[in-house]
Amino acid sequence: MSEKPSRLILGPFNRVEGDLEVRLDIAGDHVEGARVTSPLYRGFEAMLVGRPAADALTYAPRICGICSVSQSVAAARALAGVRPAGLERRLPPANGQHAINLVHAVENIADHITHFYLFFMPDFARATYAGEPWHEAAAGRFTALKGSAATQILPARAGLMNMMGVLAGKWPHTLSIQPGGSTRAITRAEQARLRLMLAGFRSFCENTLFAAPLEAVAAISSREALYDWAQGRGGDFAHFLKIAQRLDLARSGVTRLRHIAFGAYAGGDGPLFPRGMFDAGIGAAGPLPIGAITEDVSHAWYAGEGGAPRHAAPTPDMSNPDAYSWCKAPRLGGNVAEVGALSRQLVAGHPLLRDYVARDGASVEARVVARVIEVALVVMAMEHWIAAIDPAAPFQDTRPRLDTGDAMGLTEAARGSLGHWLRLDGGRISHYQIIAPTTWNFSPRDAQGVPGPLEQALVGAPIRAGETEPVSVQHIVRSFDPCMVCTVH
Amino acid sequence: MTYPAGTPTRPLRLIWLQSGGCGGCTLSLLGQQEPDLVTALRAAHVEVLWHPSLSEATGAEARAILDAAADGTQPVDILCLEGSVIHGPNGTGGFHLMAGTGRPMRDMIGAIAAHATHIIAVGSCAAFGGITAGGGNAVEAGGLAYNGTRAGGLLGAGFRARGGLPVINIAGCPIHPGWFVDTILQLAGGTLSAADLDEWERPLAYTSQLVHHGCARNEYYEFKASAEELGDLGCMMENLGCKGTQARADCNTRAWNGSGSCLTGGYPCINCTAPGFEEPGHSFSATPKISGIPIGLPTDMPKAWFVALASLSKAATPRRLKENAARPTPAILPRDRRKEGA
Repeated sequence: MSEKPSRLILGPFNRVEGDLEVRLDIAGDHVEGARVTSPLYRGFEAMLVGRPAADALTYAPRICGICSVSQSVAAARALAGVRPAGLERRLPPANGQHAINLVHAVENIADHITHFYLFFMPDFARATYAGEPWHEAAAGRFTALKGSAATQILPARAGLMNMMGVLAGKWPHTLSIQPGGSTRAITRAEQARLRLMLAGFRSFCENTLFAAPLEAVAAISSREALYDWAQGRGGDFAHFLKIAQRLDLARSGVTRLRHIAFGAYAGGDGPLFPRGMFDAGIGAAGPLPIGAITEDVSHAWYAGEGGAPRHAAPTPDMSNPDAYSWCKAPRLGGNVAEVGALSRQLVAGHPLLRDYVARDGASVEARVVARVIEVALVVMAMEHWIAAIDPAAPFQDTRPRLDTGDAMGLTEAARGSLGHWLRLDGGRISHYQIIAPTTWNFSPRDAQGVPGPLEQALVGAPIRAGETEPVSVQHIVRSFDPCMVCTVH
Repeated sequence: MTYPAGTPTRPLRLIWLQSGGCGGCTLSLLGQQEPDLVTALRAAHVEVLWHPSLSEATGAEARAILDAAADGTQPVDILCLEGSVIHGPNGTGGFHLMAGTGRPMRDMIGAIAAHATHIIAVGSCAAFGGITAGGGNAVEAGGLAYNGTRAGGLLGAGFRARGGLPVINIAGCPIHPGWFVDTILQLAGGTLSAADLDEWERPLAYTSQLVHHGCARNEYYEFKASAEELGDLGCMMENLGCKGTQARADCNTRAWNGSGSCLTGGYPCINCTAPGFEEPGHSFSATPKISGIPIGLPTDMPKAWFVALASLSKAATPRRLKENAARPTPAILPRDRRKEGA
């Protein structure tokens, strides 16, 4: 007879966005099973029903303070998508797309560096690592609120965010993003000022984060080349890679799932990062069947049926004895899928991330590397979008839109695929469903008993002697950069 | 580090909790500039005992800090709550169980509040219920000292924190980082009194003005040259639901993200610092009218005067303003008449 696993309940699980509880079954020195709980419900989907259509643009960003622009983009796209069958979607004018891309990119990049510096790296300063040769340097640099990085990252982040003041008025919760484009026309002088602000952030990246030009970082094409590049290099990314190699984080928190991306940053020739699916089990990419997305509520506190977000609208109900979360379980054709920066780059075919996953599967290290690499990729794209703005051309198409019909709005938030599904009847919202990135990643079990991506990634996580808050679990959970307020909205 | 004159001799111990909200006030606060947030906290000699986004302590370590604060053994000088207090379903608090405890978050907020010297409601959710209380408020969201405009909230009407002040409501959706930093610096210096708060216990430091003050569109307002669509340059009061003439905040004199405000962004003020802003009774970006006259006129102006002045000023609107008001970029620029052909 085997020894019965012991239980560990972790919560409040901090340095994630919002509220999280993780329950672990422990067997000896490792995690044998995990259940992930989102313990806060607010009910945005129900709140929106009955309101005038345009109110979605005021309410949706307030689902989340960390990715409010992503929520705005999804809502604006959904509203813009209401049209008669067979008619092409009316895209915003080029300026509007560039402005929205820039606003969205500022938020996503700020998310990535906030996650890296303030949420993820402070775990390496924990006392449990005090005996490690690298600990003293990590603690000096990354201890929460006290490490030397904090007073460098915050001004750099705020400086980047100043682009929001020009482009979007305020952040979070701008109303500048509309179905037809952006409400804020940019003048030539402002275009120049945006270039300057972004140059300031590029400088932070090249001096402090990478200690290298962005172009050099973006071109690294294999894990071996990345390790060689980091050898003897300063900068916080190389600092992370050094610790990650010591802790073998490329083999921690491993999943081999389908990865999906809805496509990010619109452009005339298609999005910067494409829509699609990548199967990490067999290493193959393919198209993404959006119609195969459903939500399962067998283990969540809801009454009613799950199903396709276009139709289903489960209501809150705490009486289900199998339930342990407010998070629903999204599935793609019945399968679990992972989302995030890593998924985006796998779908886009970035050789470095494809190499990571081909070797050891999706891991803590691969997820962090994907986010940091994406900072370089997106900052370079932003420079092109600023240059492409034509201050003499319109930023918005304000022609009236249909007030009855169904549509969806898909985009990518920093931490993965975000979709809004809505129906309008006579100018009012009659149906609204949201599937957020962390809903995918932190989904509970489904009707077949299959755990979500985080629950799978936690199985096998090592527990060091005497640990009550296993540090390996901290790394694995945070490698997904969860956003719990989005998860259950 | 050494501290400037006016800072307390021992650190002010701060605990920050989050409940029914979006985390946006914390994220906005991280944008504090000149200096950054960590330096600002040091300048106020504030020691963060726990903040869900920023602290090292997690799980059992965090619960130990919060439990000690809740039973009074860990002194707390400033308790901040971000997000509304959640009472649903059916008064159970089950919509927000505190992670790791299985108990309603509401109970932990109330327990720490009973011992805290000062209490700050960060954002309109914690102050009044906010967006979380929208759409019929199925989750039974309320504030610390108010439910909407009704006194009460979690802590009850007439509540005073141990330090003698009511709950300080830094309302806004989200807060501006400067509103918070101003407040803790004054608390640290011992200079914040009840006289520094307005009738909703919001710091007068930012509510002694109207959003209208400093609005770059004031010239359009004066001549009732109105925007017709979001993104137009004109005044947004007449057609687009702008409440800048009623809303209390310094958004146009204290820039957001370096240089912005809702109005400079091309969209209307929705009065997010006021209780009940989440249910305006009409679309946020439309102005309800009766016989063509907006119903939400400036609060301290008699309607007849407003109508008379508006018709006069409309008759006198310069061509430059009239033409530019309904466009996203100006068609006519100011010119110096001394220049030939101007």
